[in-house]
Amino acid sequence: MASLRQPLSSLLTVLLLICTEFVHCNTNKRATDGQDADFSVPLEHSFEMDDVPRFRRRGSLEVRGGRENGVSISQGQLSEEDRNMLKEVASVDGLYRIRVPRVSLQADRQSERQIDGYLTAFVRACALVESHLSDVITLHSDVAGSLIGVSIVTIPGACRGVEVEDEVDLDVFNTTLSIMAPVTAPVPETALFIEKMEQEMERKGKNPQEQKSFFGKYWMYIVPLVLFLMMSGAQDQSGGGASGGAANGGSR
Amino acid sequence: MSALVCRVVAFFCLLRASAAVFEDQVGKFDWRQQFVGNVRFAAFDAHSQASKKLLVATEKNIFASVNSRTGELFWRHVDKTGQDGQIDAMLVHGQDAVLVVGNGRLLRSWETNIGGLNWEVVMDTGSFQTAQLIGLADIVKFVAVLKKSAISLHYLSNGHQKWVENLPDSDTVQYQTVYSSGNGDVFVLGLVPHSHIVVVAYNIEDGEIMKQVSVEAPWITSLDSSCAVVGSAVLLCVDPVSSSLYTLQLNAEGRAEFVHIPLQSLDLEAEAGFHPVVIATQPHPARVPLKEFFLQLGPERFILLQLKDGAIAPLRDFNPANLVAFATTGEKTVAAVMSPKNETACSINLFSADTGRRLLDTTVTYNLDPNGGKLNRLFVLAFLKKDDSVGYRALVQTEDFALTFLQQPGRVVWVREEALADVVTMEMVDLPLTGTQAELEGEFGKKADGLLAMVLKRLSSQLILLQAWIGHLWKLFYDARKPRSHVKNEVTIETLARDEFNLQKMMVMVTASGKLFGIDSKSGTILWKHYLQNVQPNAAFKLMVQRTTAHFPHPPQCTLLIKDKDTGLGSLHVFNPIFGKKSHIALPTLPRPIQQSLLLPIMDQDYTKVLMLIDDQYKVTAFPSTKNVLQQLQEMASSIFFYLVDSSQGTLSGFRLRKDLSTELMWEVVIPAEVQKITLVKGKRANEHVHSQGRVMGDRSVLYKYLNPNLLAVVTESTDTHPERSFIGVFLIDGVTGRIIHEAVQRKARGPVHLVHSENWVVYEYWNTKSRRNEFSVLEQYEGTELYNSSVFSSLDRPHPPQVLQQSYIFPSPINTLEATLTEKGITSRHLLVGLPSGAILSLPKMFLDPRRPEVVSEQSREENLIPYAPEMPIRTEWFINYNQTVSRVKGIYTAPSGLESTCLVVAYGLDIYQTRVFPSKQFDVLKDDYDYMLISSVLLGLFFATMISKRLAEVKLLNRAWR
Repeated sequence: MASLRQPLSSLLTVLLLICTEFVHCNTNKRATDGQDADFSVPLEHSFEMDDVPRFRRRGSLEVRGGRENGVSISQGQLSEEDRNMLKEVASVDGLYRIRVPRVSLQADRQSERQIDGYLTAFVRACALVESHLSDVITLHSDVAGSLIGVSIVTIPGACRGVEVEDEVDLDVFNTTLSIMAPVTAPVPETALFIEKMEQEMERKGKNPQEQKSFFGKYWMYIVPLVLFLMMSGAQDQSGGGASGGAANGGSR
Repeated sequence: MSALVCRVVAFFCLLRASAAVFEDQVGKFDWRQQFVGNVRFAAFDAHSQASKKLLVATEKNIFASVNSRTGELFWRHVDKTGQDGQIDAMLVHGQDAVLVVGNGRLLRSWETNIGGLNWEVVMDTGSFQTAQLIGLADIVKFVAVLKKSAISLHYLSNGHQKWVENLPDSDTVQYQTVYSSGNGDVFVLGLVPHSHIVVVAYNIEDGEIMKQVSVEAPWITSLDSSCAVVGSAVLLCVDPVSSSLYTLQLNAEGRAEFVHIPLQSLDLEAEAGFHPVVIATQPHPARVPLKEFFLQLGPERFILLQLKDGAIAPLRDFNPANLVAFATTGEKTVAAVMSPKNETACSINLFSADTGRRLLDTTVTYNLDPNGGKLNRLFVLAFLKKDDSVGYRALVQTEDFALTFLQQPGRVVWVREEALADVVTMEMVDLPLTGTQAELEGEFGKKADGLLAMVLKRLSSQLILLQAWIGHLWKLFYDARKPRSHVKNEVTIETLARDEFNLQKMMVMVTASGKLFGIDSKSGTILWKHYLQNVQPNAAFKLMVQRTTAHFPHPPQCTLLIKDKDTGLGSLHVFNPIFGKKSHIALPTLPRPIQQSLLLPIMDQDYTKVLMLIDDQYKVTAFPSTKNVLQQLQEMASSIFFYLVDSSQGTLSGFRLRKDLSTELMWEVVIPAEVQKITLVKGKRANEHVHSQGRVMGDRSVLYKYLNPNLLAVVTESTDTHPERSFIGVFLIDGVTGRIIHEAVQRKARGPVHLVHSENWVVYEYWNTKSRRNEFSVLEQYEGTELYNSSVFSSLDRPHPPQVLQQSYIFPSPINTLEATLTEKGITSRHLLVGLPSGAILSLPKMFLDPRRPEVVSEQSREENLIPYAPEMPIRTEWFINYNQTVSRVKGIYTAPSGLESTCLVVAYGLDIYQTRVFPSKQFDVLKDDYDYMLISSVLLGLFFATMISKRLAEVKLLNRAWR
C-alpha cells in the first residue's frame, strides 16, 4: 500500500505544479495550442494469483491538453519477477487489470477537480501473454472532457494455450493508445433533401416533356398497338382453330 | 427518370410494408378492454326507474358512465393526468352531473345520458374545500363551491356565477363545510383547531352575511369526518378524547353553545384507538337532512342513532358490521348494512332509517373473494317495487379496486377489475399441453422399463392420439354444420390447452395495486386473479418466468420480485402462471435491500431457471438454492457477470461471481453526474433470435452484424436544461468488459428518451429543442465484411470495435412508448410498435429506420432495396394496428413470439388493454382466410381426370394407328 501511495502523492504535486503554471498562462492567453498544458496520468496494473487487485505502476500517460486531445504512453519493461508472475497468472486463467484515475483531460479543469476514484478495466492474462503484450488501451472522455472509462483489449484476443518464450516476447508492452471523445450524433438531413428536391423541381421545370405522364407521352404508339392487338385477337378466333387443325394434321 | 424509378421502388417497398386490417377481420384476433381506474365518487342515476346508469369519477381523472346491467361503459371522458385533471367533487342532480376539476379550477356540468358537456366555467384560484348543491323552495338551483378563502354560488342551469364572497378571517379559520336546507340561508362552517367553530350564514340571493357566530369548542380538530349536520340544522360532532357527542343549533337565535352528551349516557363506548365517524345523509339538497345517522365506534361497529328534540336515542346497534350506506327512493330512506356472515361471505340487509327495523326479504349474500382485497365501500341503489316495498342493488368496492354489482338475492351481475387500469408489467406464458399431448411427453420423461413395456406404452399413447384426432375431426365436422355464431367456446381454466400454432397464451399481468391477473390472450377473459395484501403503493415489480410450460410434468413457475421503493427491501411471490396458485416453495430470506436481479440460463434438476439476487453489500442469493444449483454456480462462476447502475453517482460497475458466491468488481465507468445523468439502461431481450448474421449488399458482399448479447445501451440527459446547451448522450457499453463500444452526443436535445435495443441496432426518440420536434435516431453496429469469430461470440475476445452507423429522422408526433416486434426465429422483418398519445399504435417498418438509407440513389442501393433517405418519417393511417380501437394513455407494449414465424403477439396496456397479432412480413406461412379450397381441389381433380381420360384416349388412338 505504501508503494501505491508514493506515486499518488507525486502525481498530486505534478498536478499542482501544472495548475499553478496554467493559471499563470491563462492570464495571458487561452491555452489552445496546449504546449503548456501537458500533464501525465499514472497507468497502473495488477495481476495476482489470488485475484485480489494490488495495483502497481505500469507507466504514465502523457496527455496533451487543449483542442485536439492527444495522448502518448511511456512505460518501462516488465521485470523478471513480473514476467513470471504474469505467466503464472495466465496459466490459471487469471485477470490482468489496469486502472487510471478519474481526471479531466481538459487541462483548465485540473484545478477544479481532485482525483476522486479510478476507472478500471480488465483483460484475461492469458490473452495478454499470448498476444506478446500487444494491447490496445482506449480512454473514453465525455462532452466536458473528463475521463469516464478505460478499456483494454489485446490483439489477438483469444486464449489458445500457445507457449510463449518469455525472454523475447514478454519484455516490453506494445501498446496502442487512443482517446475516444463522443461523436456528435447526426440530426435529420433536411438541407440536403430540400436541395435535392429543388434540383429535381428545376429539372422538371426546364424539361416540360418530363411532366407529361407516360401515357401522355407515348399515346401515339400505344393506341395503334392496342387497336392492332384487338383486331388480330378477333381474327385469331377463327384462324387459330384452323391453324391448330393444320398443326394436328402435320403431326400425323 | 431516376427519380421516377426511385419513387416506384419506394412505392413498392411501401406496398410490401403496409398491412392493414380488413373490415371483416375486425375483432377476429384482437380485443380491447376499457377501464376507468379506482373509483373515488360513484352515484346511481336514480331519476327514473328504468335508468341503468352508474356515474363514476376516478383517481385516474376519468368521468364515466357504466351500464349497471352489464358493467360496460356507456361513455368515458379521459381528462389530463396529474393534478390538473383531478376530480375533486362530483354532484349529481337529475340529468346533470357537476364536477369540480383541478383543485377547484374548473366547474363542469355534464349531461349524463350521452355524456355531453352542458357548460364549463373557469373559477378563481384558491384551494378547493368542498362543493354542495343548494336548493331553494324545494328546487335545486345552485351549486356552491367553497374554497379556502371564498365561497361562490353558480347557477346549475348555465354555470353563471350568482355571487362570490370572501370568507371572514380566512387566514386563521379553516372553512370546511357548506350546509343549506333550502330555506334561503347558506351556512359555511369553519374551525380553528382546539379553539372554536365559526358559523357564517349567507343570504342565498345576494351573498350578504346574515349572521356570523363563533362558538367555543376547545376539543375540535376537524369537521370532515367527525361532524355532520343532522335533522333541522343541528351540527353534531363527536370527540374521541372525551368520548362524547356535541350538538349545536346552527340557526338558534342569540348565543349559541354546544350541548355536551357523553357517550356513556347512551350506554356506548368508542373502541380504543379508533376515531369515531359520523355518517349522516341529506336525501334532497333542498330539504333538511335526516334525523337519523350512523355513528361508527370501531372498525366493525356501527350504531344507528336518532336525534329528536335535542336528545339522542340509539335505534339499533350493528355489531359486527363492515359497511353501511344510506339510500333514498321517493320519500323513503333506508340504511343498508353489510355484516359478516361467515369466513367467506357477507350479507347485506336493509333497515328502515326512521325506526331501525329490518325490512323483510332484503338479504343479499356477498361472497368474499379469497384472492381479493378487503371491503372498502358500499353504494346502494334503492327503488320502489310495484308493491311499494323497497328493492335495491348494491355496488361493493374492495381494496383491490374491484367493483362488484349485486342484485337480490345475491347474484353477481358484473365485476369490473379496475386494477387493470394500471398494469405495471406483464409476461406471456405458453398454455399447457392437452392431456393426450402430455401423455406422449410423459413417455420420454420416465425411466425406461424394458423394451416390451416401452413398445406397449408407445402403442397405447399413439392410440390415444388417434382417438383424440378422430374426436377433433368429428367436432370440426359437427361445428361446420352449425351456423358460425353458435360455435362459441367458453374459455375456462379447465379447458385451457395450447393450440396448434401457440397463438393463445396466458397473459400474466401485474398491476400497481398489487393484484395479479391471468388473462386468456385470445378472448381477454380473466381466468384467475390474486391480490397481494401487503404491497406498498409505490413498490416496483419485476416479473420473471422461471420455468416455462415446456417441462411437463413440472408445472410452470413465475416469480414476482416486489421491491419497496423507500427501503429497497425485496420480497418474492412465486406462483403458477396458469392457475395463479401460490407455490409452496421455501423462499429465501432477503434481509438486505436488493440492488439487482438476474435470471441465469442455469437450470436446476426440475428445470427451474436460477434467479440471482444481489443485495447492497454485493452478496448473492440464489433461488432456488439447491445443492445442484450451487454446484453449477460454482462451476460457472467465472463466466457470470452482472452490472450495477447508480444514477445518482453516475457509476456503472461490472461484477463477476466468485466460487464462494461473493462478487468482485471488474470494471467501472463513471459518467460525472454533475454534467449528465443516467436515465435509461437497456440490454437486449434474452429470448430474441437473430436469423441472419449479416446483410447482403449491392455488390454481393456481406456486411456482418455486430451481435453482442451483452451490449447495454445507456442514455444520459444533461443536467443543463437550457435549450441551446442541453444534450442527450448515448453510450453502448459491453456489460461484461465495461468497454465503451460507442459514445455519441445528440446536441440540443432533451428527453424523455424512448429506446429499443435489439439485434444490432438501437432506436431512440428524443425531443429536439432547437427545431422543437420529435426525432428518431437509429444506430446500427456492423463488424465489417469479415467476421472475427463466426462460431461463437465472446465479449472477452472481440478486439476490434464495430463500425457504428447512425441516421436521424423527424417524427411528426410525440410518442408514449416504443417496442419492437419479436418472432420465433427472427426470420420475419422487424417492425417498431410506437404507442402514440392519440391512442393509436403505429407499426413502423424497421426498414424506414436504417442508417444505410442513401441520400443519393445508386445502382447498389437499389439492388439492396434501400429506401432513399427522406428526413421525415411518414405516419400512414393503415399502419395503425388498432384501427379505431384507441388505447388511452398507452404506457407499455409487450410483444411475444407465437408458434408461427410470421406472427407476433402484441399487448398494449395503459388505461385500456388491447391485444392483437401483427404480421410484419405478412402472413407468408398462413393461407388466407378467403383461400379458395374448392377451386384448387376442383382444378386438381379436374386435371387428374383429364389426364386419365386423355391417357385412355391416347391408348385408343395408338391402338387404332397400329391397326391401320
